[in-house]
Amino acid sequence: MSFEIPDDCRYLESHEWARTENGTVRVGITDFAQDELGDVVFVELPEVGDAVGIEDAFGVIESIKAVSDIYAPVSGTVTGANETLIDEPELVNEDPYGDGWMIELDPDDEADLEDLLSPEEYREQIE
Amino acid sequence: MSLRTPPVPHDTKTTDFGGWEMPVEFDSIRTEHEAVRERVGKFDVSHMGEITVSGPDAERLLQRLTTSDVGALDPSESQYAAITDEHGIMLDDTIVYRLPADQDEAYLFIPNAGHDEEMYDRWVDHRDEWGLDATVTNRTEEYAMFAIQGPDSPDLLGAETNVDLSELSRMDVVSGTVAGTDSLVARTGYTGEQGFEVLVPWDEGGTVWDALDCQPCGLGARDTLRLEMGFLLSGQDFDPEEEPRNPFEAGIGFAVKLDTEFVGRAALAGVNVEGPEEKFVGVRLEERGVPRHGYEVQNTDGERIGHLTSGTMSPTLGEPIGLGYLPAEYAGEERSVRVLIRDEPKKAHTTAPRFLP
Repeated sequence: MSFEIPDDCRYLESHEWARTENGTVRVGITDFAQDELGDVVFVELPEVGDAVGIEDAFGVIESIKAVSDIYAPVSGTVTGANETLIDEPELVNEDPYGDGWMIELDPDDEADLEDLLSPEEYREQIE
Repeated sequence: MSLRTPPVPHDTKTTDFGGWEMPVEFDSIRTEHEAVRERVGKFDVSHMGEITVSGPDAERLLQRLTTSDVGALDPSESQYAAITDEHGIMLDDTIVYRLPADQDEAYLFIPNAGHDEEMYDRWVDHRDEWGLDATVTNRTEEYAMFAIQGPDSPDLLGAETNVDLSELSRMDVVSGTVAGTDSLVARTGYTGEQGFEVLVPWDEGGTVWDALDCQPCGLGARDTLRLEMGFLLSGQDFDPEEEPRNPFEAGIGFAVKLDTEFVGRAALAGVNVEGPEEKFVGVRLEERGVPRHGYEVQNTDGERIGHLTSGTMSPTLGEPIGLGYLPAEYAGEERSVRVLIRDEPKKAHTTAPRFLP
């Protein structure tokens, strides 16, 4: 099976992706992660304004068969949470790098992103 | 210890279930679940045990080791039963088939995955202790077992078998062919839908599986389908070590025939008089969240009153549902409770274990 691993993201070993747009870091889970979880039915996300630390569990994702924590790729302040997922958690399965995003962060230090896995490194991890 | 594998190689995600490496999902649990509720799906359940019992005392042996009335079975009939210890605690649940007269063996019963060796030993030990004349054979790895379930299952299976499925009543079992292979065809299942289970020789498993042209389903959908019906899962909703329960607590008193003689009967007669202190109930969450095995259930004052043994997001209802044990007064009517999810009490109410009409 081949999983989508976009070139414009960085990755955590725990299968989160991070993408920087205009100084904001958007975070979600990878195509591989959504496939492993199966049908996502519930997502619990932090509030805007919450502080998250690097590799802290900031939320919970539940599929029909499993519960999984979601980890922050960098530390920062939450500036957005994808409220659409409350009613449409299946977006995580359908579009993990697009409409299925989880949170947006104002990073404490944007340079922390460089410590994350590159697309190539992440591909090696899951293959 | 290496996992036992079913006769058909499935190229999909698998899980260890009762010591067997079994498919957990083929497409998605939701897709598979919906196929069974609306059309038809097939399950490889070759991890279920098969033990045959024959000989002059076969009926007596089965009668004394299961809670149902084996003597009431005519050939080609089957019944659901619990297997209890002397305290009335459930060791497993099973279907006991009285096989059609054209079969070499008299009875076949189906222990759950991973229980076949334990149940074989139990049967043999009691046979010897009681001096009964019966031949007990563990045929778990001689039979592949497939379930074909859903409203379209008669058409789907009907096209592949010489059995007139319209003649088959619920719990009937007959001999016939499926995809040209000698089989046992039973109108049984674990989904709440119309459906069938077929037992075929292990080596013919692949031929039969491939001939059944419908949605393949894994253990994930099997679990959500049975959960919506409030059917017990052995080893999870009851377990002699982790969740010791008697059949009255577990809501299967209908499978206990106290006028027959069986191990556990005296204890269960007492429970029947006094009534169980706790009962198996359904719980519906009124807030967002997913109830799971092991979650604590509280009353509205925040006091612990029980726990869940199973739970999921119901694909059919689109709502979170759970099963578990609560004080008996919570069964039978809708009562407000709380389910503790990650230390947060979530509003919920009790229901019958069966969630679908």
